[in-house]
Amino acid sequence: MAKPMLEIKNLHVTVGETEILKGIDLVVNPGEVHAIMGPNGSGKSTLARALAGHPSYVITEGKVLYEGKDLLEMDPDKRAKEGVFLAFQYPTDIPGVSNAYFLKAALNEIREYRGLEEFDAVDFLKLLREKLKVIDMDEDFINRPVNEGFSGGEKKRNEILQMAVLEPKLAVLDETDSGLDIDALKIVASGVTWLKRPDRAIVLVTHYQRILNYIIPDFVHVLWDGRFVKSGGKELAFQLEEKGYDWLKASGPTGLRPGGAEAEPASRSSR
Amino acid sequence: MVAEKESYLTTFEGFEKRVSAKDPSWVRSLRKGAIERFANLGFPTAKDEEWKYTRVEPIVRTPFKFSLDPSTNGVALSQIESFSFGSLKWPRLVFVNGFYSAKLSDLSGLSGKVKVGSLREAILKEPARVEQHLGRYASLEKNAFGALNTAFVLDGAFIDLGVGESVSEPIHLIFVSSSPEGAVLSQPRNLIVAGKGSSATVIESYVSLADEVYFTNAVTEIVLDEGAKLDHNKLIRESEKGFHIGATHVCGKKGSFLSSSSIAWSGRIARNNLRVLFDAEGSECALNGLYVVSTGQHVDNSILIDHAKPSCTSNELYKGIVNGRGTAVFNGKIIVREDAQKTDAHQVNKNLLLSEEATVDTKPHLEIFADDVKCTHGAAVGQLDEEAIFYLKSRGLREKSARDVLTYGFASDVIQRIKIAPVQKELNRLLAERLQMEVASEVLS
Repeated sequence: MAKPMLEIKNLHVTVGETEILKGIDLVVNPGEVHAIMGPNGSGKSTLARALAGHPSYVITEGKVLYEGKDLLEMDPDKRAKEGVFLAFQYPTDIPGVSNAYFLKAALNEIREYRGLEEFDAVDFLKLLREKLKVIDMDEDFINRPVNEGFSGGEKKRNEILQMAVLEPKLAVLDETDSGLDIDALKIVASGVTWLKRPDRAIVLVTHYQRILNYIIPDFVHVLWDGRFVKSGGKELAFQLEEKGYDWLKASGPTGLRPGGAEAEPASRSSR
Repeated sequence: MVAEKESYLTTFEGFEKRVSAKDPSWVRSLRKGAIERFANLGFPTAKDEEWKYTRVEPIVRTPFKFSLDPSTNGVALSQIESFSFGSLKWPRLVFVNGFYSAKLSDLSGLSGKVKVGSLREAILKEPARVEQHLGRYASLEKNAFGALNTAFVLDGAFIDLGVGESVSEPIHLIFVSSSPEGAVLSQPRNLIVAGKGSSATVIESYVSLADEVYFTNAVTEIVLDEGAKLDHNKLIRESEKGFHIGATHVCGKKGSFLSSSSIAWSGRIARNNLRVLFDAEGSECALNGLYVVSTGQHVDNSILIDHAKPSCTSNELYKGIVNGRGTAVFNGKIIVREDAQKTDAHQVNKNLLLSEEATVDTKPHLEIFADDVKCTHGAAVGQLDEEAIFYLKSRGLREKSARDVLTYGFASDVIQRIKIAPVQKELNRLLAERLQMEVASEVLS
């Protein structure tokens, strides 16, 4: 079997004084789509942001290997250059900097790192026009300042546009589906589907099952109080949708063994 | 600083005998009145509210050569080219140490009727016309440097736009300082008279060719008659050791419109005074400013908008980027007089500090004596947003690139308000150069 794209081993993450992640194990192989679900405050976004290298998220224990390399040793920009992408739950405004300029600067820096030739303005615009189709936006979208004055839906689409331009190997989407109407949700889903390839992997962090109607995950993991308490196939998401997170709570901590072995895929995806 | 003041007064006596004697009597009395004013005021000190954060001692204590020599000091056109925004074809007036140089100037692109030339020449050839306006708009009350400039008024630019005249190309006034034989004081005096319904774009560039000590004490008076439109751009690009104190006094008549951009780029001490008086109803101004300050530099913008008449609109945006141990001051005052109902006045000053040692003092204030007005003001001093830096880094930008992109973004709205594309482009380039930016500067939103 191919070497895993991402291996998380016993990851503990602290924010301020509080330990949020209390031992996460996860293996993501190329071509796989993993959904990480869980109630508010369970640590989903912490996992996503820690993977991207946010300075406020302190790793106190554990390891993360990306393509066999120590991800935690890398600066956030190095992670991006190596092919990791985080779609932010709350993308930041960058006043005065156009989307096009920002994306060109990012793409060219990544290309430079990979020893590829930089795009000139003309070629880049051509590429950008292609990618705009993925998110169904017109051209003035790229001339607007990054996220400034964008609606919630536009911000999320912009994250997908960035993902489409940068073409990461590992995309982590942090609640990209939250707060979207059904049309925007479909666009986000089609963006993810567009990215999907046997040599790439996708980790969807989500509160709701509904995006999983459009993107079928290979694995679903339930995060609860900083630990995975249940893993399974796509049917787990439907169970959660039907019974709610309280169903897991009701079944008690004994039934919540991390990386539970009830489904065959789960044993493959976590250890 | 009494001794220094005396030395200026003595210099005036000599000037009076050698130069002033030949001039029309109204010019002589203008000078006389001004030197008396200066003698009374003396140089400003820290006790003076207007000068609280800007110490002028380094200027006052430097003995400057008072140049009466209208030679070009060997300045060649090729040396000026780099300050021309790639547009040497624009009509231009070049001054060396305050004196008009016909050789370096080129007005061939102007249509025959528009009067653009040296103030010196205008004083001698059409004294009545100049007398109507010179010294009428620059108040010398509490204005020692303005008084000093007026006392020695001799040369500068004179732009006289007739009724309905419109000049499409920017008129570029380039003030070059060149002090190969000791620190020179130059005191250009400019007068822009925009007749009814006229329109023009003027750029004032203050530049130097070498890293020399000198002092530019400049005054520009602008009067906009009914419905006149002026786009006025001032770029302070003095040497790292150069001193600049400059004032622009604007008087706006009914329905006039001023757009103004003040860019303070360099100089050891640069003080930019801008005074706008709305002298009639329905006038408008949009004031736009950018200052970029590094170690060894001090920039002070002092802006006053006097809403003396009703239904006038002012919008003011000044932004500063302060780096290293640079220091900056913003002092913005809006007065809304009792009669000035329906005033619409907005003022914003934002400062970005790029280092721990950088400092800025900002003081936006409103004095409102009318009751039916819309006025807002605000000031901010901050650093680059760490969340934004992380966001950019997560897209592959290095820390340095991320900071550069954000700094660019900070300045870009001010740069974009400049209406002259080549000037915009040049400022983007200069910003990249100054902050040693590694990201390309071409495309900004």
